[in-house]
Amino acid sequence: MKKTIITVVGNDTVGIIARVCTYLAENNINILDISQTIVQGYFNMMMVADTSKSEKDHGTLARELQDIGDQIGVVIHCQHEDIFNRMHRI
Amino acid sequence: MINIFEVNETNKMIEQENLDVRTITMGISLLDCIDSSLPELKRKIYEKITRKAENLVETGEKISMEYGIPIVNKRISVTPAALIGGAACRSIADFASLAKVLDDAARQVGVNFIGGYSALVSKGMTPADEMLIRSIPQALASTERVCSSVNVGSTRTGIDMDAIKLMGEVILETAKATREQDSLGCAKLVVFCNAPDDNPFMAGAFHGVTEGDCVINVGVSGPGVVKKALESVRGADFETLCEMIKRTAFKVTRVGQLVAQEASKRLEVPFGIVDLSLAPTPAVGDSVAEILQEIGLERTGAPGTTAALALLNDQVKKGGVMASTAVGGLSGAFIPVSEDQGMIDAVTAGALTLEKLEAMTCVCSVGLDMIAIPGDTKASTISGIIADEAAIGMVNQKTTAVRLIPVIGKTVGDTVEFGGLLGHAPIISVNPFSCDAFVERGGRIPAPVHSFKN
Repeated sequence: MKKTIITVVGNDTVGIIARVCTYLAENNINILDISQTIVQGYFNMMMVADTSKSEKDHGTLARELQDIGDQIGVVIHCQHEDIFNRMHRI
Repeated sequence: MINIFEVNETNKMIEQENLDVRTITMGISLLDCIDSSLPELKRKIYEKITRKAENLVETGEKISMEYGIPIVNKRISVTPAALIGGAACRSIADFASLAKVLDDAARQVGVNFIGGYSALVSKGMTPADEMLIRSIPQALASTERVCSSVNVGSTRTGIDMDAIKLMGEVILETAKATREQDSLGCAKLVVFCNAPDDNPFMAGAFHGVTEGDCVINVGVSGPGVVKKALESVRGADFETLCEMIKRTAFKVTRVGQLVAQEASKRLEVPFGIVDLSLAPTPAVGDSVAEILQEIGLERTGAPGTTAALALLNDQVKKGGVMASTAVGGLSGAFIPVSEDQGMIDAVTAGALTLEKLEAMTCVCSVGLDMIAIPGDTKASTISGIIADEAAIGMVNQKTTAVRLIPVIGKTVGDTVEFGGLLGHAPIISVNPFSCDAFVERGGRIPAPVHSFKN
């Protein structure tokens, strides 16, 4: 299973997690892990998700998540986990 | 499991420190396109390039999207055109028409540059080599995406001074042929000594004859990431400094290796090498000069610059080599003047001169790169500069190159704007004393002795 890392960074506001999770549920994406912190007033969340059952391809998911981010004023990235594994794990 | 801090570190490198993969370059051999009929040769070249690279750009963009890492350029390098066109081309115009085919093929597949309008003449020129070299001004003036390079020397063969004399004239003619665009043609023309066969970076990329049929080479970058990392070790000793560069280069290269492997797998083309170069862009914070300043220099060009660059270059290699299965190309720090805001500022402030740049090329990759010189510089002076640079490469067993732009109609004090990744540059002054008689001699400088290494 290929895991996808979804990150959300921006000003803290009501309903960020709800909005993102709703989208993921609608697209049949399973969330495996969530960690979240607030750093100097900035909302900072990372999700590990399994997108293998989603019908949409990675590009579409990334674009649609980016649009949701734009609507609620946060930056959302959707990246394959390998880029982080490669950089930080030998 | 990856944690949030590691994820943030990577994304900060990408978003704020300009980490990117500079280029995925597909090397394509055109040796099997050789034909004595020019129309047939052109048809085969166009067909092979557009077939092999059909999905290159799309695949690059998909990888970029999936991993969230920008892949700035998708490019192609081909077998040196002098070898391919030798049997079919009877005139300068014939060769220039091959450049047009390369340009058309590049446009068709959507790559921004195609390299390999090249000749390898380190020991001597065949009639085809000479014809190709003489056609370079016309080829570069009549195409948009074609890049040209000529290898004029090597440690094993010595330096072909006839070719260097010719290249001085060709560079000047190319400048004149593209004078309407501030002599932009010269930005696509590199003269090498010890040219590597697998360099993915333009303008000097070509697909060497020792390479396979088709190969994927990747050039990574990330001067901004190194600069940012070094901010955390200000005032620390050299060991600490070197360790930090090494670690950062390792991380950057791992990303390059990942992209290279993915591209190779998806395109079903063997992976060649990762080129570990720190390649700057004109963007603020994406500068090799700023790293040198972070190491402790007021400006690039100040005393200590050559030593700082030497250690930077070496540590980048040490970190990068461990992160990749195969390293090649130029691999080191690039010091192009017009493409690096810190270099531009250093020249403008009077800290950096052509002579200091020459010294710097002794310890880092490439050479005198993207340097704008007065348009009235003599051809023989350009040849003299090339000869100096080739001598550094020959004696030190390293690649050196010259990409000078004599900007027609401009002189010291003026600036020139190339646009995009090529940037802008102040015109730098050139030593006014003549080397006419030296260049006029003709012939070859013999290869140096390398057996007495004790």
